[in-house]
Amino acid sequence: MAVTHLRCRECQAEYPLEALYVCDRCFGPLEAAYDHSRLGGDVDGLRRRIQAGPQNIWRYADFLPLVDGPPGPSGRLASRTGLPAGCTPLIRADRLAKRLGLREVWVKNDAANPTHSFKDRVVSVAAARARELGFETIACASTGNLAGSVAAHGAALGLESYVFIPADLEEQKVLATGVYGTKLVAVKGNYDDVNRLCIELSAERDWAFVNVNLRPYYAEGSKTLAYEIAEQLGFELPDRCVVPIASGSLFTKVVKGFDEWRELGLVEGELPRMNGAQADGCAPVARAFAAGHELCKPVKPDTIAKSLAIGNPADGPYALEEARRSGGSVDSVSDEEIREGIALLAQTTGIFTETAGGVTTAVLAKLAARGDIDPDERVALVITGEGLKTLDAVRDTFHVHEIDPSAEQFTTLVERAPADATGVPAAFANVGQER
Amino acid sequence: MGVTVKIPAQLRAAAGGESEAELEGATVREVLDSLYERFDGLSARIADENGSLRRFVNVYMSGEDIRFLDGLDTPVSDGAELTILPAVAGG
Repeated sequence: MAVTHLRCRECQAEYPLEALYVCDRCFGPLEAAYDHSRLGGDVDGLRRRIQAGPQNIWRYADFLPLVDGPPGPSGRLASRTGLPAGCTPLIRADRLAKRLGLREVWVKNDAANPTHSFKDRVVSVAAARARELGFETIACASTGNLAGSVAAHGAALGLESYVFIPADLEEQKVLATGVYGTKLVAVKGNYDDVNRLCIELSAERDWAFVNVNLRPYYAEGSKTLAYEIAEQLGFELPDRCVVPIASGSLFTKVVKGFDEWRELGLVEGELPRMNGAQADGCAPVARAFAAGHELCKPVKPDTIAKSLAIGNPADGPYALEEARRSGGSVDSVSDEEIREGIALLAQTTGIFTETAGGVTTAVLAKLAARGDIDPDERVALVITGEGLKTLDAVRDTFHVHEIDPSAEQFTTLVERAPADATGVPAAFANVGQER
Repeated sequence: MGVTVKIPAQLRAAAGGESEAELEGATVREVLDSLYERFDGLSARIADENGSLRRFVNVYMSGEDIRFLDGLDTPVSDGAELTILPAVAGG
């Protein structure tokens, strides 16, 4: 395997591949480091090796921080071991593109993962590494999607699990986590309070907190989103990528994935312009970007996009660096725009996303309206989660025609009903139609 | 009676293995300064050369991030609890 050690992202101090996440010397975050020269310089051979891999993230095992290789009794069985994540559809969204005045938009639909969010990528890697390290219990602090993924991976792998969530989480996410038989703990506070509690607990317990002490392994799983987008475009890069930002980890790891493949020669061309997407009600990174700051001032979240509601984003400074280096930006949108974004994506692509995807879609629409996107660009829109988990966001955004079982009523009350009599706000009516 | 400072696992080796310290001080800055005096080497790990906290260090007073209060100038009352923790991403 090409992974060699953990390295402090701040001071470059090196550590062994253990359950460590903070540099003892400077408190900086630790990150997995690799020696890709171990993969040899045969780029065509490497591409063939990837393409011959299983239909999940383990096809990229050469770039992931597992010491014993892909999980399972053999690499051939990796597609049938645990709860395989990844290889989600990349869909060309011509109707969405046309509606926004763009030429080429691709939607990466990560709701098509086992527990319906991109979190299955990171948890697959963290849970596999937890097993390699001998842990018997996995745990997490979650804004909702991670909760379900950790609970499900615990069930699939036979590991005990503890899941800590903010007490005000959407009911759908609570139900879709508890069903897996995890120990579910609702903490009276916001995500930042839950995270602080888990950091304290992790010091005293012999558990693999996937996003605390296993974080250097966990975070690497997000790189597979970049690999897949590139591979599904025929080993080419998009010109631009719109990605949601909560802690900033996904955003920075997508960049790391693109950069690694560029360095190896698996893809050619510039780093895509990286556009981060946040909700106005929790926009510490977008505000720091607009103000030209290098650090993010923490905020108290107040937004319907609860899966992005991290007011104290630890990877915010890195997300700012990458957005600036790539020529992109970090923007935010209102709760109303988020709901419109959900409707726009649903009505132009048939993909129903949760509020985080509404944020991403609305930011793409904002960039297009602002003229930031050259019409000839190839744009990738990263949709991280499933609409069925945040159903309240679409309540009252459409009209249901209720009638008796009568053909006459259908004609008079449905077919001939005036368009403005539905009570649906204009922003949502036929949002997918060309104007 | 003074202020209790909870020391994170990553710093305990530099704090004589202690997980807590009882200290005095009227502000967060004063309490941290007395912590640095008691344990050599802690200062370099959590503060930069100007005395500001490093960017991956979070300090909480009774559960609240001091950046929502007055930062290092936040007044500390007798019997308060300060917690030092690393910033960790993920969600």
